[in-house]
Amino acid sequence: MMKKILAQSYLYLLLLALYAPIAIIIIFSFTSSKSIGDWRGFSLELYSNMFSGHAAHSATIMTALINTVVIAVMAAALSTILGSIAAVGIFNIRNRKLRQAIQFTNNIPMINPDIITGISLFLLFISLGISGGYLTVILAHTVFCTPYVVLNVMPRLARMNPNIYEAALDLGATPLQAFRKVIIPEIRPGMFSGFILSFTLSIDDFAVTLFTKGSDGLETLSTYIYADARKGGLTPELRCLAAIIFLTVLILLLVFNYRSNRLAKEQQH
Amino acid sequence: MNIQKFIAKRSNWTILYALFLAFFVVLPLILIGIYAFRNTEGSFTLQNITKFFTQSEALNTFVYSVGIALITTVICILLGYPAAYILSNSELTKGGTLILLFILPMWINVLMRSLATVALFDFLHLKLGEGALIFGLCYDFLPFMIYPIYNTIRKIDKSYIEAAQDLGATNMQVFTKVLWPLSVPGIISGIMMVFLPTISTFAISEILTLNNKRLFGSIIQDNIMMSDTMNYGAALSLIMLAIIAITSFATGNQDDGELNQGGLI
Repeated sequence: MMKKILAQSYLYLLLLALYAPIAIIIIFSFTSSKSIGDWRGFSLELYSNMFSGHAAHSATIMTALINTVVIAVMAAALSTILGSIAAVGIFNIRNRKLRQAIQFTNNIPMINPDIITGISLFLLFISLGISGGYLTVILAHTVFCTPYVVLNVMPRLARMNPNIYEAALDLGATPLQAFRKVIIPEIRPGMFSGFILSFTLSIDDFAVTLFTKGSDGLETLSTYIYADARKGGLTPELRCLAAIIFLTVLILLLVFNYRSNRLAKEQQH
Repeated sequence: MNIQKFIAKRSNWTILYALFLAFFVVLPLILIGIYAFRNTEGSFTLQNITKFFTQSEALNTFVYSVGIALITTVICILLGYPAAYILSNSELTKGGTLILLFILPMWINVLMRSLATVALFDFLHLKLGEGALIFGLCYDFLPFMIYPIYNTIRKIDKSYIEAAQDLGATNMQVFTKVLWPLSVPGIISGIMMVFLPTISTFAISEILTLNNKRLFGSIIQDNIMMSDTMNYGAALSLIMLAIIAITSFATGNQDDGELNQGGLI
């Protein structure tokens, strides 16, 4: 009993330490003071500043927010399509060496630190003479998101009856029809998890974006925060943004968790 | 008709992604190697590599980064192992939701978390600097240590522990002879996910030390972004890549992608 209390208090202390910084940011997003630690009473001023564009930086913050979301949606969509097709392909490779080689390469972007992925793509785009912008950032995000889609779709394929696809072809479906009507319904939960995961990874990314965004002034939230922090100090409106992002991630993860729990239960039956 | 048949064969669907991987994963890594052994005029040279070993700034930063990364890793193991053990022990906690709370910060932007650390230090009127850097890094990377260890301990067959107890082992012996050895794979995954990213960290160190202390990643970034030192930057990245390769080889590449599969949480 004593042991249990000790163990639990250790966990809660650790959680307290992990969440205190986030909590402080959220709490101080509801006051109008310039610096953290200086509570000037409850106010939604920072939030209204941010959304209405009154504060000096809020227009840039909103642009950065929109860029971040657009890039994340595009990269997640591309990764989901590419990764699903790839997973079906890899799953059906008979040659074990070849399959291992492709799976190994698929793991590389997940093992490499972001900075290496970022720099390697930076050098690729420079060598090709492509200047950085939306396109390069979306491509770069697709590079590190797709492996996760592949990993999420594979287990669904393993559970699927491999003959249904052949049956569809025998009954006169084209490969594309068979993919749409037979394979996709089976792997859809994996595609969905892959999409959500890619979306959060893309929003979360900083290093890869920094190296591939080019010099035309494209900013996402992370690169904006970086530039802002380098100038010294944090724009007060960023506290609101941090609070919003934290809650969004929390909701996305809860949805994701709920779904994978339900899938796990389905599998048990 | 032949094309139709070619597409109908599902293993051929890999080709698109294989080309993508070759072009956007393998080729860029080769480019790091090519740039590393070239000077600004484009001819072959070893100068960039030798510069790292002879110029004290980069080498010192590298040694400093390894030191900071070691401290961070050790603190993460010391704090994370007990947490992972408690979380995986169903007699002590219900686990499910709690583990979610522990890994949730993994999904929040690393810059956002660093700024949160700055906010905490401001709030407590503490000075930024080396202490803040180590706190911030531990704060950033602790979830990455807890999760793999938690997963490994959870899979340990409890009957091993019972068997050891039945055979008269003390609690300490159960820990050193059974539990710890069996959780080593998780610890190694955790080390991979904490140690390597810490060395190559760049923005975090600048934010948490007000630009006073720099880690290896910052040096790489400074050099690669300038066209006249780009090749030197590539050489530094190649050294980083070599360290990754050596570490994953030495640890037998424990990363089985488990962390990233369907049932993430």
